[in-house]
Amino acid sequence: MNIDWNAFTPLASLAGGALIGLAAALFVLFNGRIAGISGVLGGLLRPARGDVGWRVAFVLGLVGAPAVYALFTAVPAPRIVAGWVALIVAGLLVGVGTRYGAGCTSGHGVCGLSRLSPRSLVATLTFMGAGFVTVFVLRHLVGI
Amino acid sequence: MPILTSLLAGLVFGLGLILSGMADPAKVLGFLDLAGPWDPSLALVMAGAIAVGLVAFALASRRETTLLGLSLKLPAARHIDRRLVGGSLLFGAGWGLAGFCPGPALVALGMGEIKAMAFVAAMLAGMGLFELLERRGKA
Repeated sequence: MNIDWNAFTPLASLAGGALIGLAAALFVLFNGRIAGISGVLGGLLRPARGDVGWRVAFVLGLVGAPAVYALFTAVPAPRIVAGWVALIVAGLLVGVGTRYGAGCTSGHGVCGLSRLSPRSLVATLTFMGAGFVTVFVLRHLVGI
Repeated sequence: MPILTSLLAGLVFGLGLILSGMADPAKVLGFLDLAGPWDPSLALVMAGAIAVGLVAFALASRRETTLLGLSLKLPAARHIDRRLVGGSLLFGAGWGLAGFCPGPALVALGMGEIKAMAFVAAMLAGMGLFELLERRGKA
């Protein structure tokens, strides 16, 4: 395994991670909820009274983050390397998978592990493993 | 007030994703590419987040209500079943395919990225498919 020292950004990673943790902290201490984005979104597809406002607000916060970030410094452009078919297939897999799995990197990875949940540990190890394998197959076996 | 704190939480979450580089699929894929030039950054992002999260959830577990007086709605499920594992496998595969998971995709959407819009649309379709399958299963 060779470390990509050019790409590795330990300070920004820790700082950004701490902000993510802070967001989860705010959400649980004020709203009493897990900052699990697949769950926040998924609940919008079965809207219940009194249950829509906070979901829309959270999503708007995420979507509006780049505009706020830009007030302070340039927003780095994302490098979306996947083709259109891959994006659609990936989206479907993420949509179906996060709902059956009851969470994603934020819900299980950040919040679940912070709660010391064995269920979230299993989920996190599983989706991480699937991610590692998928990239290995695509990049080193298939060669895309 | 809960609407405002929810908005704030989403915003801070998004800022953290941008700062850490997690809103950049190529950087995420750099972590998932173990056999290639490996970028460990995502592991440190998780570490930073969980360091703060551990404190927050420990505090929350000691409370009857939130700081706004609302009830705590934390998931109580403890079982590890095929849905959890199967769903996580599917999610991980999708994640490895495009380097996007729900949060970063929404942030990229906010940057006006057309490809992110396609991903989000497909993701919502996938979530909708889940809803359909669930309802049919209960019919």
